[in-house]
Amino acid sequence: MTIAQSAPAPLDVDAIRQEFPILHQDVRGKPLVYLDNAATTQKPLAVIDRLTEYYTTINANVHRGVHTLSQKATDAFESAREAVRSYLNAADDREVIFVRGTSEAINLVAHGYGRSRLEPGDEIIISAMEHHSNIVPWQMVCEETGAKLRVIPMTDSGELLLEEYARLLTPRTRLVSVVYVSNSLGTVNPVREITAMAHQAGALVMLDGAQAVQHLPVDVQELGCDFFAFSGHKLYGPTGIGVLWGRQEALEEMAPYQGGGEMIRTVTFEKTTYNDLPHRFEAGTPDIAGVVALEAALEWVSAVGLDRIAAHEADLVEYATTSLSFNRRVQLIGEAKERSSVVSFVMEAAHPHDIGTILDSEGIAVRTGHHCTQPVMDRLGIAATARASFAVYNTRDEVDALVSGVNKVAEVLG
Amino acid sequence: MDLRELYQDVILDHNRNPQNFGKPDASNRQADGHNPLCGDKITVYLTVEGDRVVDLHFDGVGCAISTASASLMTESLKGRSIGQIEELFEVFHQLVMGNADVMFDGPDLGKLVAFQGVSEYPMRVKCATLCWHTLNAAIESKQDTVTTE
Ligand SMILES: Cc1ncc(COP(=O)(O)O)c(C=O)c1O
Repeated sequence: MTIAQSAPAPLDVDAIRQEFPILHQDVRGKPLVYLDNAATTQKPLAVIDRLTEYYTTINANVHRGVHTLSQKATDAFESAREAVRSYLNAADDREVIFVRGTSEAINLVAHGYGRSRLEPGDEIIISAMEHHSNIVPWQMVCEETGAKLRVIPMTDSGELLLEEYARLLTPRTRLVSVVYVSNSLGTVNPVREITAMAHQAGALVMLDGAQAVQHLPVDVQELGCDFFAFSGHKLYGPTGIGVLWGRQEALEEMAPYQGGGEMIRTVTFEKTTYNDLPHRFEAGTPDIAGVVALEAALEWVSAVGLDRIAAHEADLVEYATTSLSFNRRVQLIGEAKERSSVVSFVMEAAHPHDIGTILDSEGIAVRTGHHCTQPVMDRLGIAATARASFAVYNTRDEVDALVSGVNKVAEVLG
Repeated sequence: MDLRELYQDVILDHNRNPQNFGKPDASNRQADGHNPLCGDKITVYLTVEGDRVVDLHFDGVGCAISTASASLMTESLKGRSIGQIEELFEVFHQLVMGNADVMFDGPDLGKLVAFQGVSEYPMRVKCATLCWHTLNAAIESKQDTVTTE
C-alpha cells in the first residue's frame, strides 16, 4: 500500500463528488457506484467545461495559420505540453509527445526504436504482469526484426522476481519495458531498481505509467527511465489523448512513426526532411481539444493534491480488502506489499462474469475478465477476476455497497 | 429487471449440477470453444450416428449462464437429428437476442426457454451461445478452437 509520508489533510469527498455530474445517477434503480476507475475515470466539470470552452471559443488547427484563432489554439496546445512536462518533471517540453494513449505510446517506441535498431539476437525484456499493450507491440517488432522477447517472472502474490530479472539482463538486452502499477493486481513495481539494473546492462527502459500517474507523483528524471507512457482518460482527462515522454537523446535516435503533416520540415517527391522534436512524432492534426482538456485534468489533480488522493485511495483499498475478507468465499488476487488502488478477487462457486452482473443489478460497476492481462491469469491459474478500482471520488459507503453486493452473489447463485 | 429473470431456478440448478459434464469414454466428434472476453472455455463431445446426435457431453470452465446453457443444451439435444439441432439453435439464438416472437412458429425450445432473460443483458448473450457455436463446430468437426468474438 502506498501511504503518503506526512498525513495530508483529508479530502472533502462530498464536495469533490459534486464536481462529477455523471456520478449522480441511478443504474438499474440504484445509485451508481462506479468502481471501474482503472478502466477509465470519470471527468470533473473542469475538464468537461474546458472541452466546451475550447470548441466554443478558440477551435482552429494548430501550428499552421497566421490567423488569431490558430495562434490561440496553438498557444493552448503548447501550454498543455508544458503542463505535462511539469507534471512529469521532465527536463524539456520537447520531450513530451502527444499520442492517443498508452497503447499508442508503446507502439510508437516499439516501431520507432525497435524497427530501426533491433537486430536478430537482440533481446527485449517485459514482465509477467504486462497489459497486452505492453506485450503485443514488442512481439510484433520481435517478429519483424528477429529479436527475442524475455519475461520477468512473478510470485503468486504478484511481485516481480528481481533475481530472475538480473539473470535475464545480458549484453544482448536492448530495452526493458515494464508496468509501473499493474492494472490487474495493483502491484507497484520497484521501477527505480528495475531501471538502474537495466541501465547497468546498457539497456533502455520504458515504463507503462497508465495506472501510475493518477495515484503517485511521477518524476521521470528521478525515476531515471528513458520512456514513460500514460493515458489521459485514466487521469480524469478525456479519452483519445495520451502522452509519450522520452529522454531527448532517446527520442532522437528513433525513426519517425507515422508520416504526414506536422512531422515534416520540407517535402519534395524525391526527399523529405523531418521536423524537430516533438513534432516529428506528431503526424497529422492532433486531438487538440483533448490536449487542452488534459491540461485541465492535470491542473485539477494537482489542485486536489496527489498525496491526498493517494492517502484517500489507500484508505479505501485497506477498508475494502478487510471488509471483503470477512466473506469466506472471497479470495483476493494480488497481495504484493506495495499496492495501489486495485482490489481484484475471485469467489468460490461464482464466475467473475456472474459477480459482475449481480453487482451491476445493485448499481455497482466493476470490471470482470482478464483485464487485458491474460498471461497474469494463466500464471495464477484462473480464468478471470472481478476487480474494483478506486478513484478520488469513491467513499467508504461505496465500499460497503460493494461488500453487500458481493455477499448477495452467494444468495443469488445459491 | 429482476435478476431472477436471468438467474432462473433451472439455470441455477444446472449450474450447480451440470448434466453430461466431463469427457465421455467414447465420442466421435469434438470441438473446443473459447470466449476470450471472459476466459470461458468449453469442449463439446458428440457421438454422431448417421444424421443423429445420439450423445453429447461437455467440459470446461465458465460462468453460471454458460455452464447451465451447455448442460441444458446437451440434455435437450440427445437423439435429435442434425437438421433439428440447426433449427433449434436458430430459435434459441433469436430467443437470447430478444426476438421472442419467433418462438411461436419454431420448434419447441422446452426448458431452454429459461434463457429468455439473457436478452436483457446483451453482454451475456455470448455466455449462453458459446456452447452452441462449439456444438456446430463439433458437428462439422472443425477441429480449430471456436471463439465467440
Ligand atoms: C497498465 C496499462 N497499460 C496500458 C493500458 C492501455 O491504455 P490505453 O487503452 O489508454 O491505451 C492500460 C489500460 O487499459 C493499462 O491499465
